[in-house]
Amino acid sequence: MIKVDARGLSCPQPVLVTKKAISSGGSGVEVIVDNETAKENVKRFLSHSGYSVSVDQEGELLILKGNK
Amino acid sequence: MPINLSYGMSIVISRFDLISRTTLVIIVTNYILMTQVEGYMKEKRGIILAGAIVGILSVALVYFGNPANMGFCIACFLRDIAGGVGMHRAGVVQYIRPEIIGLILGAFLLAFKNKEFKPTGGSSAFTRFVLGILVMIGALMFLGCPLRMVLRLAGGDLNALLGIAGYVGGIGLGVVFLNKGFTLQRNYKMPKIEGYLLPVVSVLLFIALVVNAGFLFFSAEGPGSMHAPIWIALAAGLIVGVLAQKTRLCMVGGIRDMILFKDSHLLSGFLSIFVFALIGNLVMGYFNIGFEAQPVAHTDGLWNFLGMALAGWGSVLLGGCPMRQLILSGEGNTDSAVTVMGMVVGAAMAHNFGLAASPAGATTNGQIAVIIGFVFLLAISVSNSGLLRRTR
Repeated sequence: MIKVDARGLSCPQPVLVTKKAISSGGSGVEVIVDNETAKENVKRFLSHSGYSVSVDQEGELLILKGNK
Repeated sequence: MPINLSYGMSIVISRFDLISRTTLVIIVTNYILMTQVEGYMKEKRGIILAGAIVGILSVALVYFGNPANMGFCIACFLRDIAGGVGMHRAGVVQYIRPEIIGLILGAFLLAFKNKEFKPTGGSSAFTRFVLGILVMIGALMFLGCPLRMVLRLAGGDLNALLGIAGYVGGIGLGVVFLNKGFTLQRNYKMPKIEGYLLPVVSVLLFIALVVNAGFLFFSAEGPGSMHAPIWIALAAGLIVGVLAQKTRLCMVGGIRDMILFKDSHLLSGFLSIFVFALIGNLVMGYFNIGFEAQPVAHTDGLWNFLGMALAGWGSVLLGGCPMRQLILSGEGNTDSAVTVMGMVVGAAMAHNFGLAASPAGATTNGQIAVIIGFVFLLAISVSNSGLLRRTR
């Protein structure tokens, strides 16, 4: 499982760091974000990249888990 | 006979006009229905509808009194506010634009309701302030923010094509640095009051406008004197603020995401604004195609191009267009609030130092400022992309 910390980053960096993380391969990725915009953008990107995505909320953080 | 002939012609034209208007309404209705039923459009339905409403409201605001092709223009309106509070004394562009206040408050109210209001800050605030100044200098060289650029094209102003070309080029440059790791660093959680300040200031500014406070400046002529009634302008701002907060509509994100990820989500909002403003302008008879004598515009193609290139590049570095900065500041992002203040100061500088273009064209000072702006952007881009060796 690749872990990505995208908290507090401006658009489109949460997606960029996710893209970079999955480019090295691997079937699972976990991305931590702290706002709805980043959540939606990363979720959309992972879905379009062939991942099935689930989102968990932990306090103020949103944790996206992508698997394919 | 010539009189009868022209009378007959005018009847034909008015009938044709009626037919074409009806046809357009049918096309619009079908388009909206299509976006409702087509499965593949489902994901983009919200943003396309939001874009449609922004486009239609923009035309409506012109009908209610705003300058032509300026239903919404974040750069122009922040510039008018800077003049309205006396930060510059360009007599033709001074007014407190309720649309801006509505955008901030609309985003604030919806974010608050949906528990998305989160005060944050600390992401290279002063760099963002400077970027706000530079984006404004670029936008006032072109005479419009990215949103007005689209509205100008939808009104038939072909000078906007040069602006769009520059805008895409500027975004492309910004993307190069994003791919090299450009970042203004993370933001962090801030105390609640930090996020409430700008919405509160916006309300106070609106009250000052409503009571016609004596310290405000109002244009007696020129674009600043042309405005929709206060409450209509506020309502339009609130509606767009809510829609933009909900859909994350962004005029720089569309082209940026297309280049970076081949993702057309935000671009579909951008295009929807164009299509519906175009239809609205055709229906209302505002559409006037050409380069010459366009409202609040000049024909200097090179500087239209370079002005929007500066605005596009700066907006990519900021992570969103001027409108998006207003929305984010309503959501509690104080880095964006600082950026908005940078744009206001940039507008004051643009008029105090003679940088802003006018329908007569670009000024020499403005051309020098745009070039200096590119040097600044290059320095900010390079030094925040890890391209310089770290000495820490």
